[in-house]
Amino acid sequence: MSAVKNIKYGLDIDSIRAQFPVLDQQVNGKPLVYFDNAATNQKPKMVIDAISGYYEGYNANIHRGIHTLAEKATKAFEATRTKLQQFINAAESEEIIFTKGTTESINLVANTYGRKFINEGDEIIISTMEHHSNIVPWQLLCEEKKAILKVIPVNDSGDIIYDEYLKLLSDRTKIVSIVYASNSLGTINPVKDIISEAHKVGAKVMLDGAQSTAHLHIDVQALDCDFYALSAHKMYGPTGVGALYGKRELLEAMPPYQGGGEMIKDVSFEKTTYNDIPYKFEAGTPNIGDVVAFGKAIDFINDIGKDEISRHEHELLSYATQQLKKIDGLQIIGEAKQKVSVVSFIIEGIHPFDIGQMMDARGVAVRTGHHCTQPLMTRYGIEGTVRASFAIYNTKEEIDIMVEGISKIVKMMRVS
Amino acid sequence: MSMINDIQDEIIEEFALLDGDMEMCNFYLMELGQKLPSIDEADRTDDHIVKGCQSKVWLIPSFEDNKMHFGADSNTAITKGLISLLVRILSNQSPQEVIEADLYFIEKIGMDRFIGTQRSNGFGSMIKQIKLYALAYQAKLNQV
Repeated sequence: MSAVKNIKYGLDIDSIRAQFPVLDQQVNGKPLVYFDNAATNQKPKMVIDAISGYYEGYNANIHRGIHTLAEKATKAFEATRTKLQQFINAAESEEIIFTKGTTESINLVANTYGRKFINEGDEIIISTMEHHSNIVPWQLLCEEKKAILKVIPVNDSGDIIYDEYLKLLSDRTKIVSIVYASNSLGTINPVKDIISEAHKVGAKVMLDGAQSTAHLHIDVQALDCDFYALSAHKMYGPTGVGALYGKRELLEAMPPYQGGGEMIKDVSFEKTTYNDIPYKFEAGTPNIGDVVAFGKAIDFINDIGKDEISRHEHELLSYATQQLKKIDGLQIIGEAKQKVSVVSFIIEGIHPFDIGQMMDARGVAVRTGHHCTQPLMTRYGIEGTVRASFAIYNTKEEIDIMVEGISKIVKMMRVS
Repeated sequence: MSMINDIQDEIIEEFALLDGDMEMCNFYLMELGQKLPSIDEADRTDDHIVKGCQSKVWLIPSFEDNKMHFGADSNTAITKGLISLLVRILSNQSPQEVIEADLYFIEKIGMDRFIGTQRSNGFGSMIKQIKLYALAYQAKLNQV
């Protein structure tokens, strides 16, 4: 791949790729093509170095230490909170709570806000395209509280049926929890409108931002969402770290999630008083090293710029969609009006697992299966799809390798 | 037992020709799978499903003239190829031979390398299921 070929809009993809050590390897004798970015994307050297830098230079427990290392670690940890606050434009850094990831963030809200404010007969709205992480916590809550889970249907192209959403809203609706960008289809939901309609009936809105945060401009204040969940590892950051954004007044009204160190103000056997936000929700020693490195992942995205990232990924998405459609019997699942860089497809008569395995033999990493969205697969009457998802370091040449491989499998399967 | 090993050796030779090329190995498995007759839709029941496989695998045992026979199918082509190997080796053998069979071909052809851990585990489940059927038939024979 020549450097010239990959320079677009002032973006030098080759030099971006050079920052990702993992990409420079052969898999099954072929150069690795990594198209499983919606599951987790790869980490640039600056993120990897930040992890070892922390452990080699200033590993210490944060917040209550008065020694130099503790001070340094605390500063680095809190710096990520501020960076993330700016990244999603939260009003205050106290509105950012570090968690293990999107799943924990959603569970936190269901278990605290949900348990306190949801009562029998209340309704919670989700959509058909939710990840299991944004279904099961609400199901558990509904079971416990005898509340009702309502589901917004999706149409054949993979958009939610907005009119049906409006019909589901009522004064019984207490929470709307919806994915910003679908991990299986790529659909970008009209969350701004969804939020303003939900607010009209007094409901709170939680956004699952796992797939949107690295790709779209996120402004939680402009969106006016009440909660926003995200994962660092889908943003070029480490695994095991994520965050929950919540509006201050909501976070303050919520009971703690877990008990332990950090989340308390005073403890006696008679009574414990809780710390202020965000610490009230951060019991125990957090994942300090990875939170510090998460800050570097945000720097990485900011350095390139969301506009550039989004432009490049969209070009890859359009190219992949167009090339894949040329393959005999291939059907794209999810052709919503607005998409992030995810393309899901099935091929008549060939199981997704077989395609995934044959792709792996060619060094191409794609994901196959239901992508933790079984109800969505049921909606389309399929068991699963093959999913290719693109990141900033991917190229059209890599898409050609995938498309050529799939064409070969199709030919082979059709002949025999 | 020698017959089981003869067939295994044949398979080892066939895969040796593919020279460890993962893509070729997978294509070959698909080809083998296509040669295995499909089972009737009516037989694709939950009772016949091999548990522990990510893909769906149906295995139907039968017993005739003191020999075991298997019909098998899968919803994925590569997995069907895998089960076809077991059918080829272990069909038309006595329960005792199946119980005692040492399936060394798996390691010799380097199967876990080209089918991955998940499918390797699934393949293990297929073998376990076949051996369980063999134990059951053997127990029946012992009763007679």
